[in-house]
Amino acid sequence: MTTLTVRRAHVPFRVVTPVVVIAWLAAWFANLPLANWAAYDLLGLERGSHLGDAVAFFFLDVPKVLLLLLGIMTAVSFLRSYFPPERMRAALAGRGTLPATVGAAAFGIVTPFCSCSAVPLFIGFVEAGIPLGVTFAFLISSPMVNEVALVLLWGLFGPGIAVLYMAAGLIVAVVGGLVLGRLPLEKWIEPWVLAVRAGGGATSLDIRLSVEQRMRDAWTSTKDLVRRVLLYVIVGIGIGAFIHGFVPTELVAQIGGRENPFAVPIVVAIAIPLYSNAAGTIPIVEALLGKGMPLGTTLAFMMAIVAISLPEFVILRRVMQLRLIAVFGGVVVAGILAVGFLFNALGI
Amino acid sequence: MKIVEVLGPGCANCQRLEANAREAVAMAGVEAEVRHVTDYREIAAHGVMSTPGLVIDGRVVSVGRIPSAGDIAVWLAE
Repeated sequence: MTTLTVRRAHVPFRVVTPVVVIAWLAAWFANLPLANWAAYDLLGLERGSHLGDAVAFFFLDVPKVLLLLLGIMTAVSFLRSYFPPERMRAALAGRGTLPATVGAAAFGIVTPFCSCSAVPLFIGFVEAGIPLGVTFAFLISSPMVNEVALVLLWGLFGPGIAVLYMAAGLIVAVVGGLVLGRLPLEKWIEPWVLAVRAGGGATSLDIRLSVEQRMRDAWTSTKDLVRRVLLYVIVGIGIGAFIHGFVPTELVAQIGGRENPFAVPIVVAIAIPLYSNAAGTIPIVEALLGKGMPLGTTLAFMMAIVAISLPEFVILRRVMQLRLIAVFGGVVVAGILAVGFLFNALGI
Repeated sequence: MKIVEVLGPGCANCQRLEANAREAVAMAGVEAEVRHVTDYREIAAHGVMSTPGLVIDGRVVSVGRIPSAGDIAVWLAE
């Protein structure tokens, strides 16, 4: 019944892909001169003035963040389609605690396609007999060290901070997973979860997709993601631009500074209710860092915003008791505080 | 009469898949009932670890992606 397939006029993706890649690169390199030209020549704002700097920052960052999101997310979504959770589960099952925990944290970098997958993933892991600590390592690193965050950090701050953030996030996830694995927490999982026996239906491992289909899926999901985060990104960059242009450096350094021992807990407390995605947060973080906020405080702020998600806790409540969620959240907060204090103490 | 089940707790992705499935049923002109399964127990029983999932007559045909209405119509016609 191939007559059913609707024929859409489409150019083969072998042609589209290189054209898009070249257009992306051209836009990437034209971004800085164009932003400066628009702010200083077109609008006639003065170089070095508060408003001029804020506007130039905005014009530079909006296209930059969008280009990074569109380009890298498409590539990452495409690659992710080759690493479904079933494959990851098979790779983790039956390994020693330490390698399995490290592996689970590393897999968390490539987050699942849908945020609703946290619960089915959790059930699938429990069912396969993967220890709870290993599962939690994944649940910690999945929102915290995700590809969007890393790509934006890399693009806006350079590789150094991106790698530091990734290392810090992975360490929190691994240590958190090891600690949680030591605690007797199984009794706080809803009993029905432990009783689930999946009827060996097809899994994503049995479903074959063509390269072109994976490419199209990647592009579709990237478009959706960008549409969803666009407003956050623009608002985030707007706030960042304001901080960049108008907030005095002394103020940021005074509140967030290394000398203030409460800086890290304060930013974490501010960040918890501010649940947002990395895309909207990073431009603000960029501006704060530029204003002399120390790295430890900045990392803790960003980690707390993306990793401690009340919506995720509400979803997890379906499979675990509140006490377990509280212990899980407590361990994550402790890890983030430790990262903040450690990096501030190291004075990087 | 075919049974089409959309597995997913109700996020935007699951809803889009449900819409595609309904469109596909109309497209394929087959008699089918589209159900949206939000219960995690039932989702887990299908062995699906990444949502949204699509099940036609008890067979999992797609997980962790949103197939187009055209793709689903082809599966329905099989």
